[in-house]
Amino acid sequence: MSQFLVLLIYGLSEGGILALAALGFVLIYKATGVINFAQGEFLLIGAYTFYAAFVLFQLPVVVALLIGVVVAVIVGVLVERLILRPMVGQSHISIIMVTIGLAAVLSSIVQMFFGTQPRSMPNLFPTAAVPVLEGTVPANRLWVLAVAAVVLTLLTLFFQKSKHGIAMRSVADDEQAAMTVGISVRRIFTMSWGLAAVSALVAGVLLADLTTVEMGIVNFGLMVFPVVILGGLDSVPGTIVGGLTIGLITQFTSGYFDPGLAEIVPYIVLVLILLVRPYGIFGEKRIERV
Amino acid sequence: MVMAAVQTGRYHRSYKSELRLWNTTPQITRMIILAIVLVLIPLVFDNYWMALFNTALIASIGAIGLNILVGFTGQISLGQGGFLAVGAFTSAILTDRMGVPVFFSILGAVLLTAAVGMIFGLPALRLKGLYLAIATLASQMVIIFIVRRWEFLTEGQGFVDVMRLEVFGFSITRANFEQQWYMILLVITIIAAFIATNIFRTGVGRSFMAVRDQDIAASAIGVNLTRAKITAFGVSNGFVGLAGALMAHYTEIVSWERFTLDISIQYLAMIIVGGLGSVAGSIYGATFITLLPVLTRMAADELGGVAPALRQQLPAFEHAIFGLTIIVFLIFEPKGLNRIWERIKEYFRYWPFRY
Repeated sequence: MSQFLVLLIYGLSEGGILALAALGFVLIYKATGVINFAQGEFLLIGAYTFYAAFVLFQLPVVVALLIGVVVAVIVGVLVERLILRPMVGQSHISIIMVTIGLAAVLSSIVQMFFGTQPRSMPNLFPTAAVPVLEGTVPANRLWVLAVAAVVLTLLTLFFQKSKHGIAMRSVADDEQAAMTVGISVRRIFTMSWGLAAVSALVAGVLLADLTTVEMGIVNFGLMVFPVVILGGLDSVPGTIVGGLTIGLITQFTSGYFDPGLAEIVPYIVLVLILLVRPYGIFGEKRIERV
Repeated sequence: MVMAAVQTGRYHRSYKSELRLWNTTPQITRMIILAIVLVLIPLVFDNYWMALFNTALIASIGAIGLNILVGFTGQISLGQGGFLAVGAFTSAILTDRMGVPVFFSILGAVLLTAAVGMIFGLPALRLKGLYLAIATLASQMVIIFIVRRWEFLTEGQGFVDVMRLEVFGFSITRANFEQQWYMILLVITIIAAFIATNIFRTGVGRSFMAVRDQDIAASAIGVNLTRAKITAFGVSNGFVGLAGALMAHYTEIVSWERFTLDISIQYLAMIIVGGLGSVAGSIYGATFITLLPVLTRMAADELGGVAPALRQQLPAFEHAIFGLTIIVFLIFEPKGLNRIWERIKEYFRYWPFRY
């Protein structure tokens, strides 16, 4: 029972981070139709910027976070302006490839600055074991879960209530209709890249706090794909459910069966879902016209 | 009256002449020159460069295979690395452990990889674009996981040693290893390119292109989508299996590290840089991407005096150049090297006119 509980908390905290990373991906896909294979690299840049500000420059956490946000927004906006905007209207294959190229460039820039050695970061949250029911779990897992929950709630509220959030949803729904009611589609495109980078930053920092600051964070970005397929590519609640589910599946497989198997279980789940429901569990089926 | 004789088009007087791959004198001349250059290459370059050319030739076959699927049929695949692994392991195990002659083991690898490709292509019947990309990503992950974990494949060593190549009584000698391989690979690549080019002159090949351009319209004019997609996965992965098998025999060692997702991405880069939907482009792209790290290293060495950081950061620098190449090609020349070459030819054909 206690192992079950520990795995549950581990799975949920990892799932929360996954949901944050995947939310950035969904945001970009919904608003601009771009499939961003560089999401893991955004996590990486977020984690390393925060590390540089917090550890190397010894800045307070809040300032370091603010710097992280600024850098994330700048990177996101630059990427959209310089690389994705010229690609508007190109085929799926070209857009996927351009983000793959982008991923290579971003990760090698990080590598040039920081090298490949993992860096350890002082813990942001207390790590003491906390008794939960019969078992104990490290406190930082609970903290990560809480932070992820807060950020995800804030983002959901942003989409539901704020003017910009509603504008973003309308662009995702129908670009031309949004344009006719006076929404600047270009600005929304830029904004979604910026916002996606920020949500990746939060995910990157949380992940770095649980593990270490290293290039391996990129691989976490690949797990975004099972999450978004599970959640369907166009719903925020779906993404959160998808993230938590994949997090739990991974942790339970690794705890009860085999850690190596845990790496590919999400993909097996993904293929099964695609065979039964090709548009994901929460996604809506699109009718295609010639 | 003196006027420049400008070709206005290609006219045929018989069906036979229309079916020829090369018609005009310049085309035939170019092919003859190319043939002479290709044969002279081993006499000029040393072993280091020959090894690079051999790698490029194998990559060309793999890239042609991937291009059949991605460039000609429009089905994106991130599973190239996994399929290369299937080809490599099949051929290595057949020759080494079961004593099958190399020719048949390579043939077996081609057939098995084609079959595996068809199975993993099944999701493509219902999926498109992003969904298909992710499904093939899943197949890459699953195949590599199986390869890593299945003890039978490597007998617990983690890799398979392959004997030096021996076909029909001819065996590669140590002294002329690279040169002999070059000739073998050159012939196989030419045959592969020839077959691939001709596939797209048949009904099956045309149906692939119809699926790429507009699948719903294709099915409306009577293309069997299921059959076209599955055949495309099979044919494409047949070539990939051939490349994998040749890789196994050429490098004489097979281990899973050579077939990771990075390899899949590299092959995609080859066909993007070379030109989607072009057999010749696949070869240009494969050569370009194979030589890119070498050229980057040479550039870094040259610039080493000015910017020593470049030499220290070489792996990161190479990776960055690789990514930049993809981005630059996609933004400025999405049709790749093949289109650039065609533009050069056109310029001279119409000279002194612009068009």
